[in-house]
Amino acid sequence: MTRLPIRKTYKLFLGGAFPRSESGRTYEAQGQNVARASRKDVRDAVRAARSAQPKWAGMTAYNRGQVLYRVAEMMEARSADLAALASGRDEVERAIDRMLWYAGWADKLAQVIGTANPVAGPYFNFTVPEPTGVVAIVASDEPPLDALVARLAPVLVGGNATVVLASERRPLPAIELAEALATSDVPGGVVNILTGLREALAPVLAAHMDVNAIDVGGADGVAPELERLAAENVKRVVRSSGDDQSPWEIAAFLELKTVWHPIGR
Amino acid sequence: MTDLERKPDRAPVPSGWTYAPAPEARDIVRLEERYGLFVGGEWIEPRGGETYPTIDPSTEEPLAQVAQAGPEDVALAVDAARVAFENGWSALWPSARAKYLFRVARLLQERAREFAVLESLNGGKPIRESRDVDLPLAAAHFFYYAGWADKLEYAFPNRRPRPVGVAGQIIPWNFPLLMLAWKIAPALAAGNTVVLKPAETTPLSALLFCDVLRQAELPPGVVNIVTGDGRTGAELVKHPGVDKVAFTGSTEVGKAIQRELAGTGKKLTLELGGKAANVIFDDAALDQAVEGIVNGIYFNQGHVCCAGSRLLVQESIYEPLIAKLKRRLATLRVGDPLDKNTDVGAINSRQQLDKITELVASGQEEGAEIYQPPCRLPERGYFFAPTVFTNVAQSYRIAQEEIFGPVLSVLTFRTPEEAVEKANNTAYGLSAGVWTEKGSRILWMAQRLHAGVVWANTYNRFDPASPFGGYKESGFGREGGLHGLEPYLDFSGKPDTFGG
Repeated sequence: MTRLPIRKTYKLFLGGAFPRSESGRTYEAQGQNVARASRKDVRDAVRAARSAQPKWAGMTAYNRGQVLYRVAEMMEARSADLAALASGRDEVERAIDRMLWYAGWADKLAQVIGTANPVAGPYFNFTVPEPTGVVAIVASDEPPLDALVARLAPVLVGGNATVVLASERRPLPAIELAEALATSDVPGGVVNILTGLREALAPVLAAHMDVNAIDVGGADGVAPELERLAAENVKRVVRSSGDDQSPWEIAAFLELKTVWHPIGR
Repeated sequence: MTDLERKPDRAPVPSGWTYAPAPEARDIVRLEERYGLFVGGEWIEPRGGETYPTIDPSTEEPLAQVAQAGPEDVALAVDAARVAFENGWSALWPSARAKYLFRVARLLQERAREFAVLESLNGGKPIRESRDVDLPLAAAHFFYYAGWADKLEYAFPNRRPRPVGVAGQIIPWNFPLLMLAWKIAPALAAGNTVVLKPAETTPLSALLFCDVLRQAELPPGVVNIVTGDGRTGAELVKHPGVDKVAFTGSTEVGKAIQRELAGTGKKLTLELGGKAANVIFDDAALDQAVEGIVNGIYFNQGHVCCAGSRLLVQESIYEPLIAKLKRRLATLRVGDPLDKNTDVGAINSRQQLDKITELVASGQEEGAEIYQPPCRLPERGYFFAPTVFTNVAQSYRIAQEEIFGPVLSVLTFRTPEEAVEKANNTAYGLSAGVWTEKGSRILWMAQRLHAGVVWANTYNRFDPASPFGGYKESGFGREGGLHGLEPYLDFSGKPDTFGG
């Protein structure tokens, strides 16, 4: 007799834990029963992100880079599983290298994006980047892993916390990625990944008053509606595609703070 | 404490002093009876024939008739900007763009007094401020961005910066010419052309600026000025020929613009309202802090989006500080904006005066304690006495809503953590002030305040090299500095060949 394998239940990733939807609902995708998050799950995820964000942002940039490097390590260790759920090895390798590339930006960003400003007066005037806070990501369907990593990594490296709405059609790579994140010293709640129906959940995220920015790059036809809802609290709206990779992708989720520090004897 | 109670540190302000009037001559400004729209380098009449009077808010006397631009006029202006963009401006040598901007800067310096008087006439701000702040800064802004025009490749290495196209810009009434400079200088430096709408109540300095453009021989259509009320602004935002919208004004209108542009892919920057905390620690140099508080909230009648409208005072110095502040308030001179002794001029409009009056009444109703120094307000015109509210709870409207007037709400705190908590307890995030003699505390606070600009031991200071703009509902994008160029540039030509 061959051994009967244990199957995995695909659940949400919320506050560092893997709960089912509070609604108790699931839907079928990629041949699996996947948690179907409710509006309440969205609100809980935003709350988890908000409370986790200061700790993540408060880590030294060096340390944040190390943690993201660790994420790349954990993805590498799971690359076979990820490849089976996503679109093969190529995609997974691209996603891992992308995570690594962004990890290295953690302690270099401020030097590229920040400035010292020569003002006419006795002040040391400088501008530094800071995380915008809580970012909502509406992930693209294709390619299900790499497109998500391409949006997630720049959000994280800048010190933000996030609520991700995974691809509705191909959500499993996102949950597999959550398992890599959960074992990577990313503080619980910094990344929250929800699976479910995009048309029901994305508007809740877009309209949420405690979300600072929303990435609608993967929202396709729903994007204009999400952008309209985002105006309610002047959210930063980002419309990058899954291929874009540069420090400016990070900057899209950063605020710039300018400080006038007095000079005197 | 007891020392302070025993002997006041300064003699009481003499009450019998009178000041002779010291009015700035207004004949340096020659106004037309009626102004058209500046489109394609020429003055045109509004197609709808509609005009409205613009007034001097300190006397309520009309100054001139101004055009109300309708949809057709806005379309003409956008077309003129497009033609200028395609036919030369964007392809001009960057160094030539720079030289035009340097010319504009110089011309503003040469005609500074004329502009300063006009700014005070039409806007109500004290001549001392328009002369010493608005004009020098406006000229400096053009100088600063002039120098960037032929250095963009160095500002954005590996990004292939290109102009966006036609920028639609809408500016407020609190710093009419300075906001024009903040908008036009970076836009032109980056190679764009512009359609700018001045505020409904303060169009005159923008219209006089067209004469500076004539003197600078700026090619026609590079800058177009359309006047009118909110309807004109809405037309400009909606126009499909506008590639980038820049708005400075209220958060309410900013949200409407963001909604309007949803799904269009147009670039947008918003510089919106504020409710800034000005935080005074017990080790601050108190006299200096009092000056900073006064400058923070009574500068330009409090018509400042980054005004320090919430004063957070550490409890241990609350009484002496408030006593000093009240004494200082009694010396503020409220009145004729053109008088060189005036500290607080006229409220910009009847509508704004009504808003301030309504919010102040709400403060009294909710239970705050009001203080206004004894001062005689002019009988005509729109004036409001400098006002301080103490005993304010964070939930009061005067602690939450932007008043945009000379009204200060005082709250207290005990620990730095509490100061941060209270300072950040607002939907806005434009600016903040910190007063302490401890450098490490300045930076500790600066790290934690959710605000785009943090002033330490100073307030309301601006510089073209210093980026300005908000967090949260105070908007997004920066104006000033290298960062102020970014909203006016397109980087899509950059090859994406990283990673893989």
